[in-house]
Amino acid sequence: MSRLYGPLDDVAGDAGHVEHPPRVGFFTDTSVCIGCKACEVACKEWNAVPSRNENDGAGLDLLGMSFDNTGMLGADSWRHVAFVEQPRRTGHQEPGFAGLPTGPSGIPETAGAVEPRLQEAPRGGSELGTNPLPTGAPEPQELRPTENLGMPGFSRPGDLTGAESRTDFRWLMASDVCKHCTHAGCLDVCPTGALFRTEFGTVVVQQDICNGCGYCVSGCPYGVIDRRQHDGRANKCTLCYDRLGDGLEPACAKACPTDSIQFGELDELRERADRRLAQLHDLGVSEARLYGRDPDDGVGGDGAFFLLLDEPEVYGLPPDPHVPTRDAPAMWKRAGQAAAAFLLAGLAAFVAGGRR
Amino acid sequence: MTGPDPAELPSDAGGSAARSAEMFQGVGRRGRHRRRGGEPTVVPEAEFRSYYGRPVLKAPVWEWKIAAYLFCGGLAAGSSVVAAGADLTGRPALRRSSRLGALGALLASMYFLVSDLGRPARFHHMLRVLKPTSPMSVGTWILSAFGAGAGAAAVEEMVPRRWRRTWPARLLRRLARPLGISAAATAPGVASYTAVLLSHTAVPGWNQVRDELPFVFVGSAAASGGGFGMLCAPVAEAGPARAFAAVGAAGELLASRVMEHRLGLVGEVYREGHVGRLRKASEALTAAGLAGTLLVAHRSRVGAAASGLALLAGSALQRFGVFEAGVASTKDPKYVVVPQRQRVDARNTAS
Repeated sequence: MSRLYGPLDDVAGDAGHVEHPPRVGFFTDTSVCIGCKACEVACKEWNAVPSRNENDGAGLDLLGMSFDNTGMLGADSWRHVAFVEQPRRTGHQEPGFAGLPTGPSGIPETAGAVEPRLQEAPRGGSELGTNPLPTGAPEPQELRPTENLGMPGFSRPGDLTGAESRTDFRWLMASDVCKHCTHAGCLDVCPTGALFRTEFGTVVVQQDICNGCGYCVSGCPYGVIDRRQHDGRANKCTLCYDRLGDGLEPACAKACPTDSIQFGELDELRERADRRLAQLHDLGVSEARLYGRDPDDGVGGDGAFFLLLDEPEVYGLPPDPHVPTRDAPAMWKRAGQAAAAFLLAGLAAFVAGGRR
Repeated sequence: MTGPDPAELPSDAGGSAARSAEMFQGVGRRGRHRRRGGEPTVVPEAEFRSYYGRPVLKAPVWEWKIAAYLFCGGLAAGSSVVAAGADLTGRPALRRSSRLGALGALLASMYFLVSDLGRPARFHHMLRVLKPTSPMSVGTWILSAFGAGAGAAAVEEMVPRRWRRTWPARLLRRLARPLGISAAATAPGVASYTAVLLSHTAVPGWNQVRDELPFVFVGSAAASGGGFGMLCAPVAEAGPARAFAAVGAAGELLASRVMEHRLGLVGEVYREGHVGRLRKASEALTAAGLAGTLLVAHRSRVGAAASGLALLAGSALQRFGVFEAGVASTKDPKYVVVPQRQRVDARNTAS
């Protein structure tokens, strides 16, 4: 029986592969991401991932979340670029607004407008590209004043407020992707064997097997995998399994113009990430940290890990996820105790009742 | 994570930036006005940061059918235990109704489970593998073993009089008892595995009740199985069903209270709003059913039926309450971020 939790040196071997290639993954260095979304596009193109609203006719939504109109990872978006505008600088970097009045960040306003609507939305807005504004539904809207969503405008930042409101300024941009966990929650709970561990150590859904039970959706501690509407099957990043087989790098890494997304053997990527982290710390970017690199974390380390410039939750990532399978033995033990109590109650009821 | 504690970050950004950083915290939440009993009160909310308030997790794709299955599966399990007991202790009316009830609940379960799949025509893909790490796979096989016994025992009850003499009917009659007992033997698995099914997820509202949920669910199953017997069988035969129902209802009430009591932040989703109302109604119905079972069900047919119905309704609402609580806990990033952030911070302070 394979291990349920903790560090694991040979994931593919643990899954039964013999003489397999080394484990591969992504190192996404968000400090050099420019938010071009080439990864999102390349992924959609190569993997023929449909636009979200394929069956609804429209492909584009404006989500009121800065430049992010994808929302989050899901069945129809296997890469997702997050945009966070912050009133501070990165390290000793010059924001480039010297002499210009730059207004306060619009993010609090945006979030304040988006958040309550999301919670009212179906599935709490965890549906990909959930529009935070009511669509279609006839509301007495003509009476409602226009709301400022903090969307990027055409005037220069601060033009309306003046230099006294100037703040420092930086963008956090990060391309999120399936983590291809060492202990993958989705893979563990899949009841059909549709999800499997490849010889490269990645986690892939076999579309001809998946029957859309939806267990993986709730099993993933990162909220990555989802069921595709109108199709009924679970979908997520395959780390371009087909390209790997041909010795090519995944489409997103190939398309990334700044090498923010780096593909390679996981061991080598981890070393590279450590060097990059040390370099950034030397440059005074003390807030830089690696996310998902540690094999001792709750999922045994991620196959796709990140260099972040703020807390993970700022990017929509869970700060300390763990694979639910960690507690499986304890849970079954409790269930066994409960089952015994149930049977005992039944026996006792009839023994006490006697024969008739 | 190898990052430094954010509290130790040098304030290289200057004083005004610190003020603005404060403002940026608006992405998280500090407090919110809520109306409670007409009085506007500020409920201090956990401070946390998030990405535009977007949920971190995906809300379950499961619909109400899964909650309905949780109830029907429990009812089938409880009824099959009552049926086997009634069979062995000479209570034909209780046996007959419980066997039929178990089959009906089982068929409803199958319908709910299959129709909730994204690809219902592929339901049999569940039978490709037996996977110990997947409670759904384990449950599929438990349910298959249970279904064979419970189904055959119920079919025996439905053989028309004119076919009773034929050899298949006589064979079935001989096998009905051992098959019924096999169903009762697997019933505890059916009643309890669904708790692991829910808890073995990243959903905070289900994962964090993993210690108590099995007891809530088996209690609910026993209450509904016994309650069904009380509803359908004459008072004279239903003694053991009353005892089973009473023990189950008491266990369910107790375990449910303990569960709610032990929950931290995510306890909110169990207490507030729609879920809170569901759970209050469930508790009231189960308690009323329990009282009726103990006080009137042994002397009044109507009282027994009413108590049985109350127990069944209480059990059903319990399942819907727990199900909805989990769904609600995925919709607010708070329930994911806050406990995890506390863990990380505690670790950072320790090291």
